[in-house]
Amino acid sequence: MARRENPEINAGSMADIAFLLLIFFLVTTTMDVDSGIPKKLAEKTDVKPPIVKEKNIFQVDINRNNQLLVENEAMELKDLKDAAIKFIDNGGGIGNPMPGKEAGAACNYCKGAKDPESSDHPNKAVIAVQSDRGTDFGTYVSVQDELLKAYTELRNRFCEEKYGISFTELEEAFIAGARKDGALRIKVEDVKNSYPQIISDIDPTNVQ
Amino acid sequence: MSKFKKRKKEMPAVNTSSLPDIVFMLLFFFMVTTVMRENDLAIEAPSLPSATEVKKLERKSLVSTIFVGKAKDSKYGTGYNRIQLNDKIATPEDVPSFIFLERGNVSEAEVPFMTTSIKADKQSSVGTLADIREKLRDVNALKLSLSTHKGSAIKK
Repeated sequence: MARRENPEINAGSMADIAFLLLIFFLVTTTMDVDSGIPKKLAEKTDVKPPIVKEKNIFQVDINRNNQLLVENEAMELKDLKDAAIKFIDNGGGIGNPMPGKEAGAACNYCKGAKDPESSDHPNKAVIAVQSDRGTDFGTYVSVQDELLKAYTELRNRFCEEKYGISFTELEEAFIAGARKDGALRIKVEDVKNSYPQIISDIDPTNVQ
Repeated sequence: MSKFKKRKKEMPAVNTSSLPDIVFMLLFFFMVTTVMRENDLAIEAPSLPSATEVKKLERKSLVSTIFVGKAKDSKYGTGYNRIQLNDKIATPEDVPSFIFLERGNVSEAEVPFMTTSIKADKQSSVGTLADIREKLRDVNALKLSLSTHKGSAIKK
């Protein structure tokens, strides 16, 4: 009996099969990671909200034609960030006590005008956004974005001065370490407490 | 002379034996990165607004998505304020039951970390958002994310 060699399997069409699968996955794939503006909603309680002084409120109104009214003055979207920074960073009075402290103190890291008619302290400064039911969602989101930008800029500045690193990088490092690094946590909390994001959404008006 | 004549032979074919390997490498890459769409859109794919101060949604399994936009089916009208839950057009009144359904899919310990992502079209109105927000507060689903593209809304 003559020993026959095993015939080789023809692998020439393997590439075709692989291409077919490749094209399928190419078409179905979506690369973008979901990202969005984070919002924390207020719990529904019977507790009356604390009364906030008029000067500690930064009123942003958006009408149904997507126009802005900031502190009773018409404003373009591009000027909103600077106006918000000026308001938050004013530091004209005594703030709420910081966590772990008994009494409130004046803001010693603010670089604002210290105008007594504007906000007392970053942790007292409330930004109130009121929009109409007919306002475009796009405009609403860009207003939120501009306000968050103002906070980011202030936090970055504060963090740069105190820890020599921008807050964005600090937070990235903290998240990269799976939020476990205690030393980083203290720093992140400190910056967040110094400039807490207090953006309040008021129920929209319904102007017909 | 014969040496030179030999060179006139036809061009050797390009060796394609490693082509499958290359293709497989690409194939695996796309297989790994691919995310299958979970539900069909009953509304037109919303053109999301742009923002820069965004946070990534970290754990996909804890995210429930609400779509807001223009319905594909014209019987729902041409406004940009139709809400889609799972794969049906719904009203804000259906939001609580949708959230409870989503909560059933995760363990109880993880419920507080659940996030609701709202994918709304730029042209939707804030009123719809406010209705959804109110319903979410009713059922204590307090973590919200307004889905956006990365980019600035202000043109320089």
